Amino acid sequence: MSQEHFEPRLIGFLCNWCSYTGADLAGTARMIYAPNIRIIRVMCTGRVDPQFVLKAFHEGADGVLISGCHPGDCHYQEGNYKAMRRHKLLSKVLGQFGIEKERFRLEWVSASEGTKFQQVCNEFTEQIRRLGPLNLNGNRGEHHE
Amino acid sequence: MVNLTIDGKKVEVDEGSTILQAAKKAGARVPTLCFHPVIEPYAACRVCVVEVAFRGKNDLLTSCNTKVEDGMDVRTASERALRARRLNVEMLLARAPAAEPLREIAKELGIEKPRFPVKDPDEKCILCGLCVRACEQIVGACAISFIERGTDRHVSTPFGEESEACIGCTACAHFCPTGAITVEDKYGRKVIHDEMLLGPTTAIRVPIRQAVPMVPFIDKEACIHFKTGECKVCAKVCDRDAVNHKMEDTIQEIEAGSIIIASGFKTFDPRRIPAYGYGRFPNIITAMEFERLVNASGPTGGKVLLANGEEPKSVGIIHCVGSRDENYHAYCSRVCCMYSLKFAHLLGEKTKATIYDFYIDMRCFGKGYEEFYHRLLKEGTKFVRGRVSEISTLALTEKEEGKLIIRVEDTLLGAVRRISVDMAILAVGLEPGIDHNRLAKTFNISCSQDTFFLERHPKLAPVSSFSDGIFLAGTCQGPKDIPDTVAQAGAAAAEALALADLGKVELEPITAVIDDKLCSGCQICVGLCPFTAITHEKDKGISVINDALCKGCGTCVAACPSGASYQKHFRDEQIFAEIEGIFLI
Repeated sequence: MSQEHFEPRLIGFLCNWCSYTGADLAGTARMIYAPNIRIIRVMCTGRVDPQFVLKAFHEGADGVLISGCHPGDCHYQEGNYKAMRRHKLLSKVLGQFGIEKERFRLEWVSASEGTKFQQVCNEFTEQIRRLGPLNLNGNRGEHHE
Repeated sequence: MVNLTIDGKKVEVDEGSTILQAAKKAGARVPTLCFHPVIEPYAACRVCVVEVAFRGKNDLLTSCNTKVEDGMDVRTASERALRARRLNVEMLLARAPAAEPLREIAKELGIEKPRFPVKDPDEKCILCGLCVRACEQIVGACAISFIERGTDRHVSTPFGEESEACIGCTACAHFCPTGAITVEDKYGRKVIHDEMLLGPTTAIRVPIRQAVPMVPFIDKEACIHFKTGECKVCAKVCDRDAVNHKMEDTIQEIEAGSIIIASGFKTFDPRRIPAYGYGRFPNIITAMEFERLVNASGPTGGKVLLANGEEPKSVGIIHCVGSRDENYHAYCSRVCCMYSLKFAHLLGEKTKATIYDFYIDMRCFGKGYEEFYHRLLKEGTKFVRGRVSEISTLALTEKEEGKLIIRVEDTLLGAVRRISVDMAILAVGLEPGIDHNRLAKTFNISCSQDTFFLERHPKLAPVSSFSDGIFLAGTCQGPKDIPDTVAQAGAAAAEALALADLGKVELEPITAVIDDKLCSGCQICVGLCPFTAITHEKDKGISVINDALCKGCGTCVAACPSGASYQKHFRDEQIFAEIEGIFLI
């Protein structure tokens, strides 16, 4: 697959209260953003187990986004802080696997920031497009069982 | 108790009462000038003189400061008392012929003109010293006193200069029986628009006529007692001893099942737009100030007046001040168009002024609103479509001299216009209330982009917040008018009642569970839970989750090293399946 026609496959773990609502707002407001991101809703970014991220990369994701409430705004008080710590640690581990840390992104998007969600998706997609496919298990482009 | 006779009528009064009080009880009218119930009587004016027969003597006594005694025979209108009173009044009248209450008493006593020479026909001061005593006894400031002697005696501050002791309470003017003391603005303004929201009022007052509860409060900033430690007049006149100056603010803890937040709005501060000149030029007022100005119970009694006390000949109403402006607030404040139209109507009703209404779009969205706009069109309000760029006092022609010049692009004419007016009213927009951000933090409420509180869903849950049991009503959620606020508040109350009526709370079925067969009792999850829903059971060596406390964030699930903790509907297997499923497409 040539670089120009490469469409990154991104997975986003979005918290139910802020980012998922923000993404919903972007949708209801008919904002156009890169369709590359697939969203998985979790109640809180604190629920995002490092396994999920590894699994996503393993399944063929070119990038993983974790998006939650702004610091101090967490619906569960401090789940986003837990996510922030895990993101930092996991980024180091990913490097050891040969996965660039740019492929794993943490963003704060509040429920009212539909435009920010649009912007994050577009930016992230472009960033990954420049990085190229991850092709972790060498079967990129083929149907995965 | 003391028994005495007043004009042949037997009365019984408390010991220590004055003859004046006894006369009042007996229904006899004794005129007074320098007497005030909250100030110690001094008997300066001697208008209240009565004839008292007591212990075989006939005396002329001032009734305001003479205490009653058993067996007194008081005659308030005997020939001798009246003669004395007439003489006293005549002498006072020669000194202060312009004092209105004194002239009334003189008229009652049949005095046309004093026999004595009049020095100053405009004089009002009768030198009773009530003001001096008020300043000393009530205010505790002692800022004024009598100065000079003989015919030059008068009330003044030391050396007739501005006194540092004066706290500007105007109690002297309030107590003056003849209106000899008047209060004037330092800058000669007749109407002080920017202090409109403060007055006229008293330090102890009911906040508004419709206040609930309808009880007065003391404004510590304005109360004389909190400045000088004296006064307490309100406590003196309160029959029920309800006034308590020692009361402190208290924090009350109230247990509630649900909370409705209706913290309201504040208006946009037009000082933020320097080009509109608010606070720099006179006669530029905000909508709130105009509301006070035009209010029948306001400082001018409902008259629309300029700072110099005259009626304006032309008024400009400027819409969208702080609203629909990328530099300030992008949103429309919803209420300004309609209140501006109301202002235009009231101005037409109360003045003969030419009314200009500068609008961007006329947003008359409600029931009967468009009809009202059409009525205003017929009433002759001059509507100019365009945003005002500047209000200044820079006159180019003689006609513009002393006026406010409004520069505006008339988008219907396609030309820039200069319109000079006497008064400009800024239709300021709505902003979230003062404690908005603190409330958002306290209740963990999200805010939308316009900084108002965000409802859970614009259509399906318009009064709920993201936190269960916390509801929103009114302008804290977004700009809205009174009908909309009432409707939303009703809905919020119904939601809260529905919760109370149910008697139990339904929880989301997404709580976390610990599998006791897998749990190793490491307690990592215990420290992570923000709701302290997880407890460690020592005897069993495992941790357990309290379903009622768990809010289902799943933080513990993600952290559990042995996979013993799982979140219902968000199990690891389920999310793995989701991830796999995504890549099937």
